[in-house]
Amino acid sequence: MEILMFIAIGVLFAVGTYFILCRSLLKVIIGILLISHGAHMLLLTMAGLRQGVPPLVDLSGSEATDPLPQAMILTAIVISFGITAFLVVLAYRTYRVNKTEDLDKLRGSDDE
Amino acid sequence: MNNIIMLPIIIPFFMGTLLILFAKKHLTQRILSSITAVGLTIVSIYIAWLVYEEGPLSIGLGGWEAPFGIAIVADNLAAFMVVLTSIVSATCLFFAFTTIDKRRERYYFYPLFFYLVTGVNGAFLTGDLFNLFVFFEVMLLASYALMVTGSTKFQLRETFKYAVINAFSSMLFLVAIAYVYGILGTVNFAHMAERVAEVEQTGVLQVVAILLFLVFATKGALFPLYFWLPHSYVGPPTAVTALFGGLLTKVGVYCIIRMYTLVFTFDISFTHHTIMLVLGGLTMLLGVLGAVAQFDYKRILSFHIISQIGYMIMGIGLNTALALAGAIYFLAHNMIVKTGLILMSGATEKITGTTDLKKMGGLLKTHPVLAWSFLILGLSIAGIPPLSGFFGKFPLIVAAAEESSYFLVFLSLFVGMLTLFSMIKIFMNVYWGAPQHTKEQATLSITPTLLAASPLVILTIILGLFAEPFFAYTEVIAEDLLNPSVYIQSVLKE
Repeated sequence: MEILMFIAIGVLFAVGTYFILCRSLLKVIIGILLISHGAHMLLLTMAGLRQGVPPLVDLSGSEATDPLPQAMILTAIVISFGITAFLVVLAYRTYRVNKTEDLDKLRGSDDE
Repeated sequence: MNNIIMLPIIIPFFMGTLLILFAKKHLTQRILSSITAVGLTIVSIYIAWLVYEEGPLSIGLGGWEAPFGIAIVADNLAAFMVVLTSIVSATCLFFAFTTIDKRRERYYFYPLFFYLVTGVNGAFLTGDLFNLFVFFEVMLLASYALMVTGSTKFQLRETFKYAVINAFSSMLFLVAIAYVYGILGTVNFAHMAERVAEVEQTGVLQVVAILLFLVFATKGALFPLYFWLPHSYVGPPTAVTALFGGLLTKVGVYCIIRMYTLVFTFDISFTHHTIMLVLGGLTMLLGVLGAVAQFDYKRILSFHIISQIGYMIMGIGLNTALALAGAIYFLAHNMIVKTGLILMSGATEKITGTTDLKKMGGLLKTHPVLAWSFLILGLSIAGIPPLSGFFGKFPLIVAAAEESSYFLVFLSLFVGMLTLFSMIKIFMNVYWGAPQHTKEQATLSITPTLLAASPLVILTIILGLFAEPFFAYTEVIAEDLLNPSVYIQSVLKE
């Protein structure tokens, strides 16, 4: 299971990096999103995966899954959701003002 | 009793939320936010005094004691940083009253301002790596919004860059947290420090240490990760630039101080001496060279932010009591003076309507107070005695000489000279020379604007003239940093 997770994380990071290096604003945002999900999965996997036990100490005694990484990725997911929402709106505004979403064409406006 | 250390986080957060309700009423917003800023300053000074008298304060939120709960800790360094934050943010707020346009005020300037302060104070006070990440995001999201409000082409483009770079480095931060949790099984600073001593995988810890350094270096604009700073700080109005220049990069520096004096001290010769000293030196040099090449008031000051980060990193890299005390003194001096200088550029911009040095001149005759205040701050940042900059640089240089890093001594003196050069360049072009402004501009009164920035000018003089007690205080902080057992005990209560 861990091996599978690590492969998935690797794929997410690789694809995310590819997208970040693209010229389109939206693809950069998708890249950030993919990398952040890779990081969330890494956080979950690094803490150790367990099958069949809930993350509740009282219910399952010593057999419990570690609840802390789950709490942490829940917070991290909300944060990355917020950042993504902001970036999407920002990209939309940039597109409306500059009439392009090509990062190369954004360069060299009147102030340089 | 310890609950009082939550106040620097709760007050701005609560007021930021409250101010959203009054977003369209300028006067109400201004009154409420000034009361908050002044109140915050008083509370933070009280906390700093309390911590100085009684040692570090800490609480575990929700009754869950550390290492299981979320710890909020105020030791001397954190409390001192909170005091500086509230002073800097209060002056920026009062400055914003006279310089910021009505449209920005309507579009939630004050709520975002206080959310930024929430994030910064939270980052200083938290005792938990994951919470540090959360407060970073609070601070960054507010800073993105402040940076883009106004949405000119330039602002939109630079904010997008800034946001993507910071979002990416936050993801690296999350990866580092994952590794830390995987190796050490905890994210509490104090607990981490204990576990690092027990775990014998120094190789993996080295990787985590460098990864975290990379993250904080991006936030703190260290060589070679400073490329986003000069451009993105020029776009927003001056009050916002001053706030960013005073606070945001310093949070990165604070985190480096915290992590590399408390947790990652197992291989000092590699992390501190090799990496930090080299990067600190390069940051100083390249930042100041960038400033020398510029001919724009705000851009010169933005490049100087980078160069002065280098001095602080140099102090941390040397890792002796004197160097750390010097670095903290320099940090305090820099937060005050840098904010002051950027505010002065805003006052000048208010008169002339430009930040291009070539289009200004002769302001000394029409606005002498502005010119002399700028000169005081400029000489202070260049390190001329008896102003505070000298007493920040002097211990650092002495410490470097004691460690026989003579190249660093030479470099920091050379950088100081170039700093003086670019400050004089500003003074010659803007305040001296033939007047280039119209009669209306010459008679424009900027007394309220200058009054708002005056506490910073007075503070740099006081910090310089009464350097002894302040330096004694920073020495106490440095002693605390070199003996992390006090911090660990106050958090874990063993």
